[in-house]
Amino acid sequence: MTVLEFSLLVWLGAFAAGFLGALTGLGGGVVITPLLTLGFGVDIRYAIGASLVSVIATSSGAAAAYVKEGYSNIRIGMFLEVATTVGALVGAFLAGIASPGAIAVVFGLVLLYSAYLAEQPRPEPSAAEPPDRLANFLRLNGSYPTPDGPRAYHVRHVPAGFSLMFVAGVLSGLLGIGSGAVKVLAMDQVMRIPFKVSTTTSNFMIGVTAAAGAGVYLRRGYIDPGLAMPIVLGVLPGALAGSRVLVGAKIRRLRLVFSIVVAVLGLEMLYKGLTGRL
Amino acid sequence: MTGERRPGWTDKRVEQVVGNLLRAGVGLAATVVLIGGLLYLVRHGASSPHYGVFEGEPASLQSLDGIARAALRGQSRGVIQLGLVLLILTPIARVAFSLFAFARASDWVFASVTAIVLALLVYSLLL
Repeated sequence: MTVLEFSLLVWLGAFAAGFLGALTGLGGGVVITPLLTLGFGVDIRYAIGASLVSVIATSSGAAAAYVKEGYSNIRIGMFLEVATTVGALVGAFLAGIASPGAIAVVFGLVLLYSAYLAEQPRPEPSAAEPPDRLANFLRLNGSYPTPDGPRAYHVRHVPAGFSLMFVAGVLSGLLGIGSGAVKVLAMDQVMRIPFKVSTTTSNFMIGVTAAAGAGVYLRRGYIDPGLAMPIVLGVLPGALAGSRVLVGAKIRRLRLVFSIVVAVLGLEMLYKGLTGRL
Repeated sequence: MTGERRPGWTDKRVEQVVGNLLRAGVGLAATVVLIGGLLYLVRHGASSPHYGVFEGEPASLQSLDGIARAALRGQSRGVIQLGLVLLILTPIARVAFSLFAFARASDWVFASVTAIVLALLVYSLLL
């Protein structure tokens, strides 16, 4: 296979990955790394490098659209980014000392766990819960557009959500992913933020988290321009198409797509990691 | 907590500027990557890729000044890498702008939060 053929095939895969990533709020990276390692035999360190850069593109491209529509909550995002960036630096450091097989196993487990959690029934946000004092102090509560006009929401359990965001950051730096699944989990299920606000704010935060990890990757030689080029240029238009679907799509369908993709890739990464084929 | 908020830098307006900033950064980065990528494919498209074995990038493609020099020499991989650096800088620029906006609005709690995030990002890139 020549560089030209390789680039075209990777470009096609990246387009599909960007589309799925934006559609599910995961970011493209979660699909990119399995695609490159399992599909093209790329070393996992080059793969997570290209993936993390593409995650910045997906996140920033889609976030630009979401921000204007009024779904994302910049205050929630910025506050939680303290946890995710510290985590990303820790994770990127760990990526330098972990073996490729170990990274693949963690990757597989994270994907499976994300898929499992996404299919758990969520308790409906109830007004009976006491409002979170930290959320009030930081003025994190907001509203989002619905067909019936703006709907207000209250943010709960800020410390627990913040801690989970640190974990999301570590995974982002270690695996070269946006950790959209864990971010959405923290906001949607722990902090009880409405699903669309969670996914779009998550998408918005992913770029900053990924930039922290990417800086470390760049200086460690994980980011190869020849590999990252078709990935970035494929993910961008894919993500743009995917973000258009989100606004109109039904939430249940969104979750199902999200879970199936994540579970299948998780099983394969786990298997390859455990059998030492990566 | 936040003091007087000046009109003109409402959360809404900040969100719109942030949206434009992200779009411009990604657009510029993608254009540079595309130009470098076309050069790369024209010059090296017939060679074969070897990503199965990890060797790490040469030092000239790891540091910011090395990448800038490689790009200025017209090296296709250097031009792509420059575009990727612009991409990494985009969210960092967004955080820097948010810091400015929170400070303008005299929202010191959030200006501090944002300053911490910005410091971490700069540290990661210059390490």
